[in-house]
Amino acid sequence: MNGSIALPKEQLRVKHKAPNHQPTQQLQSWILRVLVYAAAIFTFSVLLFLIGYILIRGIPYLTPDLFSLEYTSENCSMLPSIITTVEMTLLCLVIAIPISVFTAIYLVEYAKKGNKLVGLMRLTAETLSGIPSIVYGLFGMLFFVTQLGWKLSLLSGSLTLSIMILPLIMRSTEEALLAVPDTYREASFGLGAGRLRTVFRIVLPSAMPGILAGIILAVGRIVGETAALIYTAGTATELPSSLLSSGRTLAVHMYCLSSEGLHTDQAYATAVVLLLIVLAMNTISALIARKLTKK
Amino acid sequence: MKRQKIMERGMSWLFALCACMSIVAVALICVFLFANGIPAIKEIGVLDFLFGTKWAPKNVPASYGILPMIIGSLCVTLGAVVIGVPIGVLTAVYLSRFCPSKLHSVLEPLVRLMAGIPSIIYGFFGLVVLVPLARNIPGCTGVSMFAAALLLGIMILPTVINLSESSINAVPSSYYEGAVALGATHERSVFFAVLPAAKSGILAAVVLGIGRAIGETMAVIMVAGNQAVLPSSIFRGIRTMTANIVIEMGYATGLHREALIATGVVLFIFILIINLAFAVIKKRGEST
Amino acid sequence: MTNIKYKIQDLNLHYGAFHALKNISLDLPEKQITAFIGPSGCGKSTLLKTLNRMNDLVEGCHIDGTVTLDGEDIFDRMDVNVLRRRVGMVFQKPNPFPMSIYDNIAFGPRTHGIRSRAKLDQIVEKSLRDAAIWDEVKDRLNKSALGMSGGQQQRLCIARALAIQPEVLLMDEPTSALDPISTMKVEDLVQELKKDYTIIMVTHNMQQATRVSDKTAFFLLGEVIEFNDTADLFSMPQDQRTENYITGRFG
Repeated sequence: MNGSIALPKEQLRVKHKAPNHQPTQQLQSWILRVLVYAAAIFTFSVLLFLIGYILIRGIPYLTPDLFSLEYTSENCSMLPSIITTVEMTLLCLVIAIPISVFTAIYLVEYAKKGNKLVGLMRLTAETLSGIPSIVYGLFGMLFFVTQLGWKLSLLSGSLTLSIMILPLIMRSTEEALLAVPDTYREASFGLGAGRLRTVFRIVLPSAMPGILAGIILAVGRIVGETAALIYTAGTATELPSSLLSSGRTLAVHMYCLSSEGLHTDQAYATAVVLLLIVLAMNTISALIARKLTKK
Repeated sequence: MKRQKIMERGMSWLFALCACMSIVAVALICVFLFANGIPAIKEIGVLDFLFGTKWAPKNVPASYGILPMIIGSLCVTLGAVVIGVPIGVLTAVYLSRFCPSKLHSVLEPLVRLMAGIPSIIYGFFGLVVLVPLARNIPGCTGVSMFAAALLLGIMILPTVINLSESSINAVPSSYYEGAVALGATHERSVFFAVLPAAKSGILAAVVLGIGRAIGETMAVIMVAGNQAVLPSSIFRGIRTMTANIVIEMGYATGLHREALIATGVVLFIFILIINLAFAVIKKRGEST
Repeated sequence: MTNIKYKIQDLNLHYGAFHALKNISLDLPEKQITAFIGPSGCGKSTLLKTLNRMNDLVEGCHIDGTVTLDGEDIFDRMDVNVLRRRVGMVFQKPNPFPMSIYDNIAFGPRTHGIRSRAKLDQIVEKSLRDAAIWDEVKDRLNKSALGMSGGQQQRLCIARALAIQPEVLLMDEPTSALDPISTMKVEDLVQELKKDYTIIMVTHNMQQATRVSDKTAFFLLGEVIEFNDTADLFSMPQDQRTENYITGRFG
C-alpha cells in the first residue's frame, strides 16, 4: 500500500518555487505554510508531552509495594488488577477471535455478492464499531449482569468487551483475507482440495500476519477500556476467584485511584504501566504490519 | 468422502452463524436499551425528560430533565470539533503533502499510537495538566467545559487525521499538477485544488470525530466538573450524558436507574444518527 | 486407435448474459497432447476450466450440455473434488503456495488422505523427478517455494499437479510467463509426460502448438472452428478463418 503511492507522493512533496508570484499570493502561501506546520507541531508535541509527562512523573512512584499480591488501601497494589487484566484479555480473545475470524471467512470466502443478509451483516458490524463504550457498558449491565443473572463478573465483562472488539478483529481479518491472491485458492481447488481445506491450510496461514496485527490492536483496546467494564465486571480489588466473580482491570483500577483523589502518586505509577502496555501493543502491531508490507 | 462432505457443509453453516452474531448483537443492544429506557421516558413524559432543565433525582418529587446533559454533550462536542478539526485536517495536510517521507514513517505510527492511548490516560492527563492550566484563565473553575472541549479536541485528532489523510492521498495527482502548472505555489495548489477534491472524505472524518467526542466518557468525567445544570459560561463545569450515566448508575434504583438508562437511549439515538450520516457521506463520496 | 478420454457434446456456457462457449463438441484422445489455440477472449481457457469444473467458482456461470470423462458425466454424479483429483491443472502464472517445496508437493496427497511420512517422501521425490526438477531442488526441499525462479516455480507446479497422480493434465498457457530457456524445458517435459498422461494445453503461441501437440482445436468467439491433427490443421486448414489466423492475418 505504502509502496505503491510512494512515488507520486514523493514528487508532490517537492516544492515548486516560481519566481514571479504576486506578493499577495506569496503572503497567503506563507500563512498557509505556517498554519500547516503549527498544526503538525501542536499535534505531535501534545502527544510527546503527554507520554513524556506521565513517564517522568510516574516512574519514580513505581515502588515494589505497588506490585504486592494483596491489595490494601495503603499499598494500592496494582498487581491483582494486572492479573485480572490478563485474564480478562484472554477470555475476550477466546470468545471474540473465533467469531470474528469466522465471520470474516464467511464474508470473504463463502458469501455471494448482492446477498441481502450479507449487506445486513456488514451494516451491523459497522454500527457496532461506532457505538461508544459506555453504551456497551449499559447493555452489558442490562443483559449479562441483570437479565442473565451473572452479576458483576469477569464473564459479564469479557462478553461485553468481546462484542466491542468483534468489528475490530473482523475488519482486519477481512482485509487480510482479501489480500491473499486468488491464484492460491485456484491452485488448491485445482488439486482437489475442498473449500474448507483451502481456507484453513492455504488462505488463513497466508493471512496470519494481518489477522495478528488486528488482534493485537484489539488487545490494546481491551487493556485500555474502562467505561464498558465499571458496571459489567465491577471494581472489586481482589483477584477474581471464578468466572462469576468481580474484578477490576488495570484501567478501571486507575480510574478508581484517580477519582478518589487520595492516591495521585499511585495513579501516576499505574498510568505508566498502562501506557507502557499500550505502547508495547502498538509497537508489536506496527512491526507485524511493517513486515507484511515489506513482503 | 462422505465425512468430508458433512464437515464442509457443517463448517459453512458455522461460519454463517458466526457472521450473524453482529446482527444478533445489534438487535440485542437495541432491544435491551429501548425496553429498559422507553418506559421511564413515558413515565417521566417525553417533553419533561428531554427538555426539562432540572435534574434532581433525590428531590421529592424528583425531577428528571436531561436538557442540561444534552446541551452539555453538544457543547463539549462542538468545542472539540472547533479545536480538533482544523488542527487535525492541517496535520493531515502536513503528513500528506509537506512532510519528508523519512519523517512520515516516524509520524504515522505516532498517530496510530495516539489513537491507541486509553481514554482514562487522556483523562488523567487532562486532570493533572489541562485543568491547572485552565485555572489560570480568569473566571475559570479549572474543571470546566473549556477543559473538556480542549481534551476531547486532542482526543479526536487521530480519527480526523487518519481519515483526512487517506482522503487527501486519494486525490489524483493531476489536480495538484494542474494547479502548479498554472503557476500556483505548492501551498495554494494543495489548499485550493487538492483539499476541495478531498472534502467528502474530510467531512466523513469530521462526522466520525463527532461520534467519538459525543460518546467519550471517562476522560470527560475527569475534567468537566459534572454539575448537572445548564452551563452559564464555557469556563464553568458541565455534565455530559455519558458522565451522567457513569456517575449515578452505581447507586441509582427504581425510576432513577431507568432514567439513566433512558439517557443512554438518547445517547444511542444520537450515535445512530451520526453513524447514518457517516454512511451516507461515505457512500456519496464513493459514487462521485 | 486411441481411446477418447474426454467427450464434449453440445456444450454451452454463459457468464450471466455473456455467451462464452457456443455448441462445443470435441473428442479429446487419451495420452496425447491436445492444444487449444485462438485469439484471447475466444473461450479456450473457459473450456479448459470447464473440464475440471473450476468455473463452478465463478458466480453467474451457467453450463448446458454434457462432458464425459471415460464415459462418466462430470456434471452429474461425480464429486467435484474427485474430478479435480483425476484431472490436474497447471495455471498460466506459476502459483506455488507460500510454504516449503516439500509441503507444496505434499499438499495434494495430504488432501486426499495420505499421512505416512515415508509414502509422502516417496511421492514428493517421484513427482519432482517426473517434472525434471529433482536435481535442482533436492537439497532445499524445506526452503520456501517462493525463492525459486519463475521457470522452476512452474515446473514445481507441474510436479504438484503430478503428485495426486491424475489421469489428465490441464495446462493454461503454462509458459506464457516464462523465459525461452524455461519454456523449452517445460515443453520437453510435456513431451515426456505424454507417455502417462492425457494433456490438454491452452496456448497463445502457434509455434508451441506445432512443436508439442498431436491435435489442435482452433477457437474463435466461443466456437470451435476447426479440430484436427496438428500437422494437418497447420498445413492445410479447412476453414478460411483458421487459415487467416495461422497465417497471422488477425489475432
